[in-house]
Amino acid sequence: MGLSLDVFGISKSYHGQAILRDCSFSFDPGRTYALLGPNGSGKSTFLRIAALLEPPDAGQVRYLDQGVLLPPDLSLRRRITLLLPKIGVFNTSVFNNVAYGLKIRGRHASEVEARVNVVLERVGLFHKRRQNGPDLSSGETKRLGLARALILEPEVFWLDEPTANIDPKNTEIIEQIMLDMKSGGKSTIIVVTHDPAQARRLGDHLLVMEHGRIVPL
Amino acid sequence: MHSILYGFIGAFKLIFTINAELFKIILLSVQVSGSALVIATLLGLPLGVALAWRRVPFRGLVMSLLNTGMGLPPVVVGLFLYLILSRSGPLGFFGLLYTPSAMIIAQAILVFPIVASLSHAAIVKVDPVIRQAAITLGATPFQEVMAVVREARYGIMAGVMAGLGRVMAEVGAILIVGGNIAGYTRVMTTTIALETDKGEFELAIALGIILLLIALGINVGLRFFQRHGRVRSGVILWD
Repeated sequence: MGLSLDVFGISKSYHGQAILRDCSFSFDPGRTYALLGPNGSGKSTFLRIAALLEPPDAGQVRYLDQGVLLPPDLSLRRRITLLLPKIGVFNTSVFNNVAYGLKIRGRHASEVEARVNVVLERVGLFHKRRQNGPDLSSGETKRLGLARALILEPEVFWLDEPTANIDPKNTEIIEQIMLDMKSGGKSTIIVVTHDPAQARRLGDHLLVMEHGRIVPL
Repeated sequence: MHSILYGFIGAFKLIFTINAELFKIILLSVQVSGSALVIATLLGLPLGVALAWRRVPFRGLVMSLLNTGMGLPPVVVGLFLYLILSRSGPLGFFGLLYTPSAMIIAQAILVFPIVASLSHAAIVKVDPVIRQAAITLGATPFQEVMAVVREARYGIMAGVMAGLGRVMAEVGAILIVGGNIAGYTRVMTTTIALETDKGEFELAIALGIILLLIALGINVGLRFFQRHGRVRSGVILWD
C-alpha cells in the first residue's frame, strides 16, 4: 500500500546558495507523484533528502508519522529504494546485479533465482542475465537499475530522471513498467522529471519545484 | 663455460628426477612466503579499507609510513627483527630466531605495506556510486564495505600478487632471521646464495629456474588482474 511520507520545512543550501527553502509536502500512500522543474531547481536535492540519502540543513523528513534521523533504521531503509541517474552497476553479471538486494536480505538461493528471472523477463533483460552488467547499453543499464529496485517491492520508490539520455524504445519500456507498478498501487512512487509530457503520463499528481518549494500543479 | 653447461645439465636432472632435497626447499619456500602473504593480507586489507573508507586518526602519517614501508630494505627488517628476537632481545624468550616462524614474520612485515597500500589505492578508485547503490538497495554498513571491496577485487588481487612477487624473491631478511639451516630454514633464495658461494651450481640453477617460473606465473597473474581491473570496472590500476 506504500508508506506515508511527509516533509516539513526542509531547507538546504550549497556553498551559501539556498536550494530548498522551507519546503513542505505530504505524499499519500500508494499514489504516484511526478515532480517537475527545470535543471537546477532543486528536484534532485529534494529527492536525496526525502529519500534519506543526505540530511537537510533544517526541517524534518517523516515516514509513518515519525521523524527520521540519518542514518535511518535499516528496516525503514529497506522499505524505500531509489533509481538514481547514475545506476552504480556492480562489476558482475546482470543476474547478480539484480539478485544483490535479495542476497543481502538473506533470501534463499532458489527464491532469489526465481524472483530474479521473473523481474528480468519483465524488464526485457532475461536473455542478457549472464552478461556482465557494466557492458550493457545506457538504456539497458536503466532497465537493470529498475529491475534491481523492482525486485525489492519497495513501499516508497523514488526515481530521478529515469529516462534521461536513453532512446524512445527504452523510454517506452520503462514507462510501461512504471505504469504497471502504479496500477498495482503497492508503492508510493515519486518520479522526478523535467519532461511535462512524461509527468502527465505517469503521475496521479503533478508537482513543480519553484523557488525551492514544492507546489501542486 | 663448462661449469655453466654442466650446471644447467645437473639442474635439469634435479628437476626432472624430482630430487627430494630440491622439492623440500621449494615446499618450505612456498609455505613461508604463502603464510607471510596470508598474514599480511589479513592485516593489510582491513587497514587499506579503513584508510579508504573514513577519516581515521593520523591517516596522512599512516599512509606515509605505508608508502615508506613499500620500499623497506629487507636486510634492515632482518637486522631489527634479529635484534628483537635474539636471546637478549625483548621477544627473545619466544625462541623464534632461526625458525621458519621468524622468516614468516620478516616476510609479513615486508609485504604488509604493499598489500595495505595497493588495497587502499584499489578501493579509493571504485566509483562512489557503487557505495550509494549498495545503500539504496538496503545494504548494512558492513555489506556496503563488502560491495566496494568486491568492486576493487582485481586491484586488491594485483596488490596481493605484487606482494607475493616480493616475498618469493626476498633473501636478505630471511637469511638473517632464518639462518639458512639445511632442512629447516633453507629456502630457494638462501640456497641459491649459499650454493653459489660454494661454487656448486646445479642446485642453485635448478632453484633459479623454478624461481623464474614462479615469477613468470606471478606476472601472468598480475597482468590478468590488471587487465580485468581495466576492462571490467574501468579502473586503471597501473600503466
